[in-house]
Amino acid sequence: MKGEDLYSHAQVTWCPGCGNFGVRYALREALLELDRDGIPVENVVIVTGIGQHGKMFDFMNINGFYGLHGRTIPIAAGIHIANPDLRVICIAGDGDCYAEGLEHLVFGAKRNLDITVLVHDNRVYGLTTGQYTPTSPFRFRGRSTPDGSREHPFNPLELVLTSGATFIGRGYSRRQEQLKDLIREAVLHRGFSFIDILQICVTYNDMTEYYNSHIYDWDQDDLGDFEAACRKAREWDYDTEAPIGLGLMYRSGKETFEELCPVPEQLKPGERAALVRKIMDERR
Amino acid sequence: MMESEVSVLVGGPAGAGISSAGQVVAQLLGRLGYRVHMYLDYPSRIKGGHNFAVIRGSGGQPGAIREKMDFLLALNQETVGLHRHNLAADGVIVYDAGEVKNTSGIAVAIREILAEEDAPAVMGNSAILGAFARAAGIGWNLFEDVLRLSIPKAVALNLAVARRAYDAAEEHERVPVLDRPVFPVFSGNEAIGIGLIEGELANYFSYPMSPTSNIMHFLAGLQEEAKIRVFQPESEIAVVLMALGCAYSGTRAAVGTSGGGYCLMTEAISLAGVAELPLMIVLGQRTGPSTGLATYTAQGDLYFALNGGHGEFPRLVAAPGDAEEARAWAVAGMDLSWKFQVPAILLADKVVCEGMFSLDPDKILKRRQETPSAESNSPYHRYALTGSGISPLRFPPVKGEVIRVNSHVHDTDGITTEDPELTRAMAEKRWKKERILEGEIEEMDPVNILGARESSTALLCWGSSKWACHEAGEKNGLRVVQPVVLSPFPEKGFARAMDGIDRIITVETNETGQLSRFIREFGYHPDDTILKYDGRPFTVEELDTRVKEAVS
Repeated sequence: MKGEDLYSHAQVTWCPGCGNFGVRYALREALLELDRDGIPVENVVIVTGIGQHGKMFDFMNINGFYGLHGRTIPIAAGIHIANPDLRVICIAGDGDCYAEGLEHLVFGAKRNLDITVLVHDNRVYGLTTGQYTPTSPFRFRGRSTPDGSREHPFNPLELVLTSGATFIGRGYSRRQEQLKDLIREAVLHRGFSFIDILQICVTYNDMTEYYNSHIYDWDQDDLGDFEAACRKAREWDYDTEAPIGLGLMYRSGKETFEELCPVPEQLKPGERAALVRKIMDERR
Repeated sequence: MMESEVSVLVGGPAGAGISSAGQVVAQLLGRLGYRVHMYLDYPSRIKGGHNFAVIRGSGGQPGAIREKMDFLLALNQETVGLHRHNLAADGVIVYDAGEVKNTSGIAVAIREILAEEDAPAVMGNSAILGAFARAAGIGWNLFEDVLRLSIPKAVALNLAVARRAYDAAEEHERVPVLDRPVFPVFSGNEAIGIGLIEGELANYFSYPMSPTSNIMHFLAGLQEEAKIRVFQPESEIAVVLMALGCAYSGTRAAVGTSGGGYCLMTEAISLAGVAELPLMIVLGQRTGPSTGLATYTAQGDLYFALNGGHGEFPRLVAAPGDAEEARAWAVAGMDLSWKFQVPAILLADKVVCEGMFSLDPDKILKRRQETPSAESNSPYHRYALTGSGISPLRFPPVKGEVIRVNSHVHDTDGITTEDPELTRAMAEKRWKKERILEGEIEEMDPVNILGARESSTALLCWGSSKWACHEAGEKNGLRVVQPVVLSPFPEKGFARAMDGIDRIITVETNETGQLSRFIREFGYHPDDTILKYDGRPFTVEELDTRVKEAVS
């Protein structure tokens, strides 16, 4: 399989220079490596929300469910618990996953669902042309907040860590090799894998220079240490000036939802009829 | 006691096990050959407040309660105060002697019995049941058998308590045994659960909400045996989307809720419509708007069931009038939603969901076949345009194929499009499915004719008003027409049922006459409406009076 095979024939409609190109490339390369390592691409399903990130559904040539704004995770949960052989990757946006559908993120992590969530965090609504999101910095001037937003952002890594996720990382759309490795490891991880991807929006929130001058790679020594992960997560609060760590932040082992709730083999028609007869007979 | 008729009311404070006591009475009457209906009336609280259950056994087919009771079982003074006027002239009050004053009938020394047996207060209902069984001339062996099946724990102690009360009471009037086959008695919720299992349910998702929570509880108890999974997610939004995820993966799922939860589901119902994903929803109506009367009934959501979700797309809406119909259409809903890849809504209400009914185990609709699979169809097109509008289903993983479903307007491969021709073609594809679904519905007896069939006046009803209408129809010589399927509306079947009708009276438990408005769309103009909107169902006598007023 070649890289181009994973791109569809659909015309790409992102702005030139959009960070989504970098994320798409990293996803493609990760899927190629996974395919070579025994996770065939037909076993992968992407679930997208609504936003510029969601167009990945059309631009990739793999199984997909183009869902609703904010609702990738419950759809992915349904797909995966019905067939745990499928590797399900949610492709979500920050408005999508952190605003409209935040509760699903918390519960996905709480259950340690064995799925992967990639959040294209450009910290602005792109599709609806430039409003502030839950990770936009304080006083962000968008079209709904011309004088600057009056909310401080929340910190998705800290939130997901305390909710129970077992694989947490941060990527950057301009660091595709690192992002590719993160995505591959996230898919291979058994449990709830979450990657916040700092994604450049060239039109409404171009943070390229800021990110380039603040990023560094997290050390990878104490990945299972919850307290160390807290410190890493809190180093930058998405608001105030601070170094921005990239890479894998936390990884731990915990029973997954699917392991606690295995798929039973369905009854055969005769067995089903016998069960119904039994239920009926117990009542007369 | 009227011939082949017996009515029992059991009342007490919330937490005293009134619902279970009612179920035991219902099972007892069922075992004596009666067809049974139970209505449960309780406020939305765990402890305190007045609860009562009315159980009616009949030689006919009861699906509504009568107002006169042959036996009034009172665990508190309130039961006697509120329901004394319901006692038939030859009826009897069986009461807790420690709680109820200034009455006559059969006194049961519950406090003393419980003290002597060292039994907890909640077993007072076993005592009153024992006394009732004796008063009704029911043999101990039958009573013991039913009690054993109905009581989940501390069986021996419950039996000891019941036996003492049984021995201390005297027979009032023997409830005659009817020479009919014994039918099992189920709540509508249980019957729906059975139907979902028969419809090959693999996963059931629900967020607790009256009056459908008991479907979840019933199925949860059957998970091992039925090899299903029951899961309670964080909200009705998650509930319905998990079901759609299962559909994409190729396994059958169903969800249950009431109006408030259905509100949250509507965005996903619309998604199921455009993405052409099977989806089975049980919508149990209760009194609205909003939180309304959380534990009481209404038929206020007909239009909401028909229209919930933005945009236009076909859907199945079936409104069963009792447990037997609820089971049958739960199976049919599962099958048809899969065959046609549309949302199916089983529109019940509190009376159907939490009420109990005898049902004929053999009465079930013919199974509907699924869409043929597309094994040999390569390359695969998820939304292939076919003559029927139904595209063959495949589920991932399929080597060499990409399977996409999409909430946007899409091409045959599921890729987003804004092309006007494709937009039109996909809309027409969806409506082709509806026409074929309607044809299939017409073959499934989607309209019931009850009451006096030869009459030229119709009592037109839907859902839980069915049996009250049937009795009023028989008594007053009126035909009863009950469309079970409301979408796609079986116009042919309805026209046949309405043949020769020159006067239409609609009967509904809502304020605005929703069915009455709905059938105007098909050219029928009701002359009168009989409406009730106090959260309670019609009793037989009440509807009879209202019908007489309307036809006089």
